[in-house]
Amino acid sequence: MVMDNLYSSTAAELLKPLRLKEISCADIVNSVYGRIEAVDNKIKAYVFLDKEKTARQIRDSSLENNDGKLKGIPVAIKDNICVEDERTTCSSKILKSFAPPYNATVIERLLMAGAIPMGKTNMDEFAFGSSCESSCYSPTLNPWDLERIPGGSSGGSAAAVAADEAIMALGSDTGGSIRQPAALCGVVGVKPTYGRVSRYGLIAFASSLDQIGPITKDVYDAALLMSVIAGFDEKDSTSVNIPVPDYTGFLKEDVRGIRLGIPKEYFIEGIDPEVERAVKDAIGLYRELGAQIIAVSLPHTDYAIAVYYIIATAEASSNLARFDGVQYGHRCEEPANILDMYERTRGEAFGDEVKRRIILGTHVLSSGYYDAYYLKAQKVRRLIKNDFDSVFESGIDCILTPTSPTPAFKLGEKSNNPLAMYLSDIFTISANLAGVPAISIPCGFTKNNLPVGMQLIGNFFEEEKLFKVAYTYEQKARWHKKKPQL
Amino acid sequence: MGIKEEKVRYLARLARIRLSDKEVNLFSRQLDDILAYVNKLNSLNIQKETLPLSHPHAPSNLHRADEFKPSIPAQTALKNAPQRKGDFFCVPKIIEN
Repeated sequence: MVMDNLYSSTAAELLKPLRLKEISCADIVNSVYGRIEAVDNKIKAYVFLDKEKTARQIRDSSLENNDGKLKGIPVAIKDNICVEDERTTCSSKILKSFAPPYNATVIERLLMAGAIPMGKTNMDEFAFGSSCESSCYSPTLNPWDLERIPGGSSGGSAAAVAADEAIMALGSDTGGSIRQPAALCGVVGVKPTYGRVSRYGLIAFASSLDQIGPITKDVYDAALLMSVIAGFDEKDSTSVNIPVPDYTGFLKEDVRGIRLGIPKEYFIEGIDPEVERAVKDAIGLYRELGAQIIAVSLPHTDYAIAVYYIIATAEASSNLARFDGVQYGHRCEEPANILDMYERTRGEAFGDEVKRRIILGTHVLSSGYYDAYYLKAQKVRRLIKNDFDSVFESGIDCILTPTSPTPAFKLGEKSNNPLAMYLSDIFTISANLAGVPAISIPCGFTKNNLPVGMQLIGNFFEEEKLFKVAYTYEQKARWHKKKPQL
Repeated sequence: MGIKEEKVRYLARLARIRLSDKEVNLFSRQLDDILAYVNKLNSLNIQKETLPLSHPHAPSNLHRADEFKPSIPAQTALKNAPQRKGDFFCVPKIIEN
């Protein structure tokens, strides 16, 4: 293997030479550092890199004796996942100096598997966003076009993987925050079934919607990383006690007889025609490979965004109440009294989008409005979940849709219009509301060389089926081999 | 129904966030748009029997054995304290005389 180019490999490609000691973990990390130094001033994917800590972890003798699935592989971590004693800020001023006193469960699982959590990646503040523009640091840029956003909120992780600044990465997904940036950056992103991966140590946005998931260069790496992070955790009472299969064992190229549902509500006016073309070509390829293509309906799709922006903001307003200047994070100077401390601390250190969502969430939960908004939204959420249940009960294996209605948009294009920004989540949101798993994989490029992603949505805890169906397409179409010119 | 500036100020007080006049004005307009959009839920005929969904999986109480397990020590928990005094987080007086 060429030492200089290790950064451009997948984890799978590195594991065997690592095992045979042809390369070392330090070789990989140094190669990735070299790449970060070369391009991150343009992309700004990382907000924090603790080289000393990483060097210590590599030297740590327990790594020598570890024979875990990801031994020696560095993994970039989204900045809302707690890493012990490492600044974890959710790209927010209010947590700028916060260093968690514990590791998130997914970090513990990475360490047990021999992986090296390396660096913190940029995000929309508190994961509120679809473009990485609301970060308190500067926005991350799309490696395919530096005038465009990478998507969000896991924009830093997706851009880092796309630019080979990370071998693999973790993101989080509440309304599409793994899948949409994966699509816009031409990489693979997975939102697991709700409860598949522990949320302990994930700084919460909306507790009934959040999941941590992999962002990787190909489907194999995503399956590998999922096998490591998934599993029951007694510290997360919403995690589900179902065994975790070795997802990589299901990666065969075979979709004969697989029933793919194409929901008519996802192919509507307003989709970029090049996105539609790329996804329809992918459907054509699946048909050639022996899959059955079946028209289905998810009738309540049109209400998903309204439901989401009531439920997610309500939950967020509750979850962000803890940022009050008392135990950690920013506190305003010389508070006059306790109320002043709360109001000024939060007023000074939360960004606009965060304030907007907290105010909206407070409104929909407030006395007199709870029934009209929150309760109603929860009922429609039931209807949305029922739509998915009906489709899967009718024998559909996976639902296929575009991931995003458009390719990456320009920096600043939607930042002054919150509603326009929210509407870009239209295809990803329903999977969070229902709790079903979904994956985004590259399925083409526009004339301007911007990636297009397609989404596969599966039934509860059927990630292995999603991986197989995604892998089959990927190996034939091979979009994942194309890299941005940097 | 739209959202007036005085309502935004009231909500900001509930949420314990100090907003500037400019922010109140901006959010009032933006939230108006957002609420107008979410009001489309009113056009949906929801059957009375439809139960609200708060959680993707059927909720059940989870218990653990009543056993002592170590937790984060006090000194560790105080590491990020904006202000501390000994083993305590220091805050402005909470209880009025």
